[in-house]
Amino acid sequence: MLSLRDVHASYGPVLALRGVSIEVPTKGIVAVLGANGAGKTSTLRAVSGIVHPAHAGHPGCCIVELDGRRIDRMAPEKIVQLGVSQVPEGRQTFSEMTVLENLQLGAYTRRDGNGVRSDIDRVFGYFPVLGERRRQQAGLLSGGEQQMLSIGRALMARPHLLLLDEPSLGLAPLLVREIFQIVKAINEAEGLTILLVEQDAKAALAIAQRGYVLETGRVVLEDSAERLRENEAVRRSYLGY
Amino acid sequence: MQEFAQQTLSGIASGSLFAILALAIVLIYRSTSVLNFAQGEMAMFTTFIAWSFMTRMDFWLAFALAILVSAAIGAALERLVLRPVEHAPALNSVIVTLGLFTIFNGLALWIWGAQPKGFGPFSVFKGDPICTADVCIGRLNVGILVVSFIVMALLYVLFQRTRLGLAMRATAENRLASQLVGIPVGNMLTLGWALSAGVGAVAGVLVAQSVSLTTSSLFAILLYAFAAAVLGGLNSPPGAIAGGLIIGVSKNWAATYVPSEVGNVDLTLAFAMIVTVLMIRPTGLFGRPPARRV
Repeated sequence: MLSLRDVHASYGPVLALRGVSIEVPTKGIVAVLGANGAGKTSTLRAVSGIVHPAHAGHPGCCIVELDGRRIDRMAPEKIVQLGVSQVPEGRQTFSEMTVLENLQLGAYTRRDGNGVRSDIDRVFGYFPVLGERRRQQAGLLSGGEQQMLSIGRALMARPHLLLLDEPSLGLAPLLVREIFQIVKAINEAEGLTILLVEQDAKAALAIAQRGYVLETGRVVLEDSAERLRENEAVRRSYLGY
Repeated sequence: MQEFAQQTLSGIASGSLFAILALAIVLIYRSTSVLNFAQGEMAMFTTFIAWSFMTRMDFWLAFALAILVSAAIGAALERLVLRPVEHAPALNSVIVTLGLFTIFNGLALWIWGAQPKGFGPFSVFKGDPICTADVCIGRLNVGILVVSFIVMALLYVLFQRTRLGLAMRATAENRLASQLVGIPVGNMLTLGWALSAGVGAVAGVLVAQSVSLTTSSLFAILLYAFAAAVLGGLNSPPGAIAGGLIIGVSKNWAATYVPSEVGNVDLTLAFAMIVTVLMIRPTGLFGRPPARRV
């Protein structure tokens, strides 16, 4: 469904990605692992159009394809319309708005009012606590609730591909497990394809089928989730046992 | 008592002028985080445009046309002048708006000259003051109040009740998240400037009903409008209105009740009040600090 080929990206003079190639199959969950600054967030941003991949000395580089269609030069709002939603790092909820307004904004690209209303109920079904707090300001929710809201907001666009950026950030392990279980359930129930970026390799590899390990902007390892869990280097660097 | 009521009423009337220009400042600040120092001069410039139209056609038609032209100017400024410094440090955009201030002033002087332009009041605002037993209010002041409230009501509906308004608020609050939900963020910023310039034009035309129009006639009002915006909270449209009315009224009270030997203290008092309010509530009367859970 999604394919990145030799993607380079930079912020000013700083190179963030130096040739990343990733394949995400339809209905699959693919995890991208790596330390801080390895290029995980940049990879997702290159997909969602926040960063346009480029490499000055290498004009043929950098292809991002969604269902066979090039999206690497598209504006972010066009990419959302093609069915790609991103849950950004640090949740980035609209903190001064209510839970309900956040979800409505998630459906900004849609025009079907009735569908949006029933999707809001669907999100409340996955995350009941959001339903209880629908009139509350998002900034006053707990970290876990904000993460749920951020995921719910992304689902409101009815995406085919969900990009998840470090959903575990700053959350207690129990809550991380809960959120990952819900993500897995959504993937199974709706056939939603997921590209997941995580530092918490254990949680990520528990739900993913495949994994990539990034180091300083390059893919250094790629394998099935099962084999990555057993891989000596991954275990030592990311699983901690 | 009668004098008090009278002064309060005319304070509200002049305050509504500060309020409406303060509203224009807040609209830009909220949606783009740029404090537009050129707001008053833009309003002045577009008021001259309105004057040019009004010498040729019916008042309301000219008024509407002037608002549209101003909105177009506002949009063009955002696209051509502010957009390039968007990612530069905040000070750059401050300097740019200060530059716009002098450019609009010079341009107006060049096009329309230094001769004051008699502007109105136009027929709808003419006539005997409306009086009750104790107090009187000029028809022009009633007109200003009515127009101000119409503008505020329209903006309220736009921001609180429409999809577009929701998207504009979202863009003001979190640009990255707005992009990720598919809002064309650039268009929202342009629209914010257009809206603000349009509101500025309304303010300018209303002001020019009571003073003769020169290139400097909006400057004093701009000063009060900035004060009103800060007093109400720079990110709060209702705050801008409240701030404008409070400053208008207290300015009138000061002018009436402070003995003339003390000197002209209305400006001083207004600003002393702002300093006091900001010491107690740094975000202004209605301004909200970003919501954050502790």
